Amino acid sequence: MELRQKLEILADAAKYDASCASSGAGRKDSRGSAGVGSTGGAGICHSYAPDGRCISLLKVLLTNACLYDCHYCINRRSSNVRRAQFTPAEVVQLTLDFYKRNYIEGLFLSSGIIRSADYTMELVIEVARQLREDHQFRGYIHLKTIPEASPALIERAGHYADRISINIELPTQAGLAKLAPEKNLARTQAAMGHIRSKIDERRAEARPSAEPQPPPFATGQSTQMLVGADDSNDAVILRRADTLYGNYRLRRVYYSGFSPIPEPSALLPVKPPPLVREHRLYQADWLLRFYGFKVDEIVSEAVPDLDLQLDPKLAWALRNRATFPVDINRGPRELLLRVPGLGVRNVERILTARRHTRLRLADLIRLRVPMKKVLPFILAADHSPVRLGLDADSLRARFLPPPQQVELDFSAPPPPVGDITSVHTGEL
Amino acid sequence: MRTVIIQPGFDSWRTRARELLGQRMHPDELLWSDAAQEPGLFDPANETVSAGPVPTVPAAFLDLARRVAVHRDARRWDLLYRVLWRLTHGGQPNLLAIASDREVRQLHQWERAVGRDIHKMHAFLRFRQVGHDASTGREQFVAWFEPEHQIVRLAAGFFVRRFAGLDWSILTPQECAHWDGVALHYTPGVSRSVAPEGDALDDLWRTYYRSIFNPARLKVRAMQAEMPRKYWKNLPEARLIAGLVAESGDRVERMLQAPARPARPAPKNSYLRSLRELNEPPPAAGDAP
Repeated sequence: MELRQKLEILADAAKYDASCASSGAGRKDSRGSAGVGSTGGAGICHSYAPDGRCISLLKVLLTNACLYDCHYCINRRSSNVRRAQFTPAEVVQLTLDFYKRNYIEGLFLSSGIIRSADYTMELVIEVARQLREDHQFRGYIHLKTIPEASPALIERAGHYADRISINIELPTQAGLAKLAPEKNLARTQAAMGHIRSKIDERRAEARPSAEPQPPPFATGQSTQMLVGADDSNDAVILRRADTLYGNYRLRRVYYSGFSPIPEPSALLPVKPPPLVREHRLYQADWLLRFYGFKVDEIVSEAVPDLDLQLDPKLAWALRNRATFPVDINRGPRELLLRVPGLGVRNVERILTARRHTRLRLADLIRLRVPMKKVLPFILAADHSPVRLGLDADSLRARFLPPPQQVELDFSAPPPPVGDITSVHTGEL
Repeated sequence: MRTVIIQPGFDSWRTRARELLGQRMHPDELLWSDAAQEPGLFDPANETVSAGPVPTVPAAFLDLARRVAVHRDARRWDLLYRVLWRLTHGGQPNLLAIASDREVRQLHQWERAVGRDIHKMHAFLRFRQVGHDASTGREQFVAWFEPEHQIVRLAAGFFVRRFAGLDWSILTPQECAHWDGVALHYTPGVSRSVAPEGDALDDLWRTYYRSIFNPARLKVRAMQAEMPRKYWKNLPEARLIAGLVAESGDRVERMLQAPARPARPAPKNSYLRSLRELNEPPPAAGDAP
């Protein structure tokens, strides 16, 4: 099979993995070597596809042949999708060729499982080894690992990669048993625990910081959870994510709305993707990681799902009106972070600025704070929200979105060719 | 009112600003311009360093000024001097901490525009291979990019760190940067016709772009927010966008209509058998019914 065909099949097979980050790697670069590559700054998105996703890495599978039968996955053994397999040398050459043209930040390599976990893992590692050792490649490498692979192989993968990840896929063992019978939650978490301990070990080792050399082990791990494939509610998903952040110190949990795939399974009929739900989960995830929220403040036994119409911070504020208004000239950081419309950066700016001046509404406007959103919740030198009625029942109605969200509705017909611009009125 | 004409660059502005500050020249008495706006009016004789006392300013201001200096807005010299004045003679040494101040805000906006321009250059510039150096064996690449601001020198270090093992030239209308494995040097800007049109790998890259796109998640606006149309003409993959958007509806429809596949029995494989045993341990002796 031609290389072009393999790339077509094996990139298509990899696109359901939402992870794209190329940030958070150790600082290393190509100076003084005959090779190419650098990491350590913020990751760079070298392109964007019309699905709005960033293209940062060459994201491919080594092979899409697979022994497993995960019913949400196009590559499961019961699917009739066309199969292909790269040789390690082919992936190495593609990565270098793409990298040298500045198309990508590096490689994201995953694979269907063939023969056994160890056999597959060795092939994946061989690609990373050739890149690092034979070609002095210092770009970003993200390797997907298999929880059942031997610990020694996971350590070797981590030795070459900047990031390694294991997809948890579904938040409960019951969901996995039904839809991904070969996978197991306990084994996945055990493997994450092992990776965490290796990352911690590396961090503990004192190293000269100025050297642009690859670190001895990956600097982070991440995972992906499917949303809408099983019947887990948002509380179950967020509690699982919270456990993963807390116990295994993951850098990121990616939420991937289950979307139609070619080759649907009889066990899991395709349905429209819940893109809004995925978006709300990401917002809730941000609240957990950067805003000091606890899961139980965002979802509860009584209301286990996120409000699809309002962002979770605003929804929380409306449920906890007694907390407000917060005085932007006096309120502590923790409370400012809870004000709908105030992001982490603006909270820091407010805290710094108010040491030297009394902040008024005009200041917030200049900081591009969304005024409609914050006004009911704050006090400023020249503003008190009383007249806006923090207690009024109409407050929720004030924030409800306009009835239509065209881009989130995949069933809406796409614009005809030549008319793309009409979708973007206001931007041109 | 005094007209101050400088070379369009941070160093020239800094030299004059120090001197004027030493003379306690108030910003309202000055009219700043640069040789790019007023060719012929720049007088090198004015480029003298005065010996007056040099006021100290926060290092953060100098970093900010260095980046703002490459912004194309002609008002930047005046505004930089106004903020400098307020920091030194205006009794507001903490001014930069007030991000909501009108003038500080404007400088930050310009700085952010410059930062974004640099970031987009790092992201969207595409190298094209033009050959090998016969004597060193090093691969040679050339790129074309059209920055909005005068950022070539601020952006070039990244490419040195990343592509140290290649010989490359980055061509822009303003200025060009060249790396030979040893040193970086700069030459005047050129026109686009000098740059190579494409690369043999562009087709394979487009194959990747087409294949990684998921038609079931069309979000054209999100794409355009990050990759505005002005960049498309220099991106080899952008020519695919209209077609991918147009056909996505039909592709999703076919997925929704596709008949469901029944689950196939597991093949005979010792690894799968071992997994099954891990997942469902055989009942211990004595438990069997």
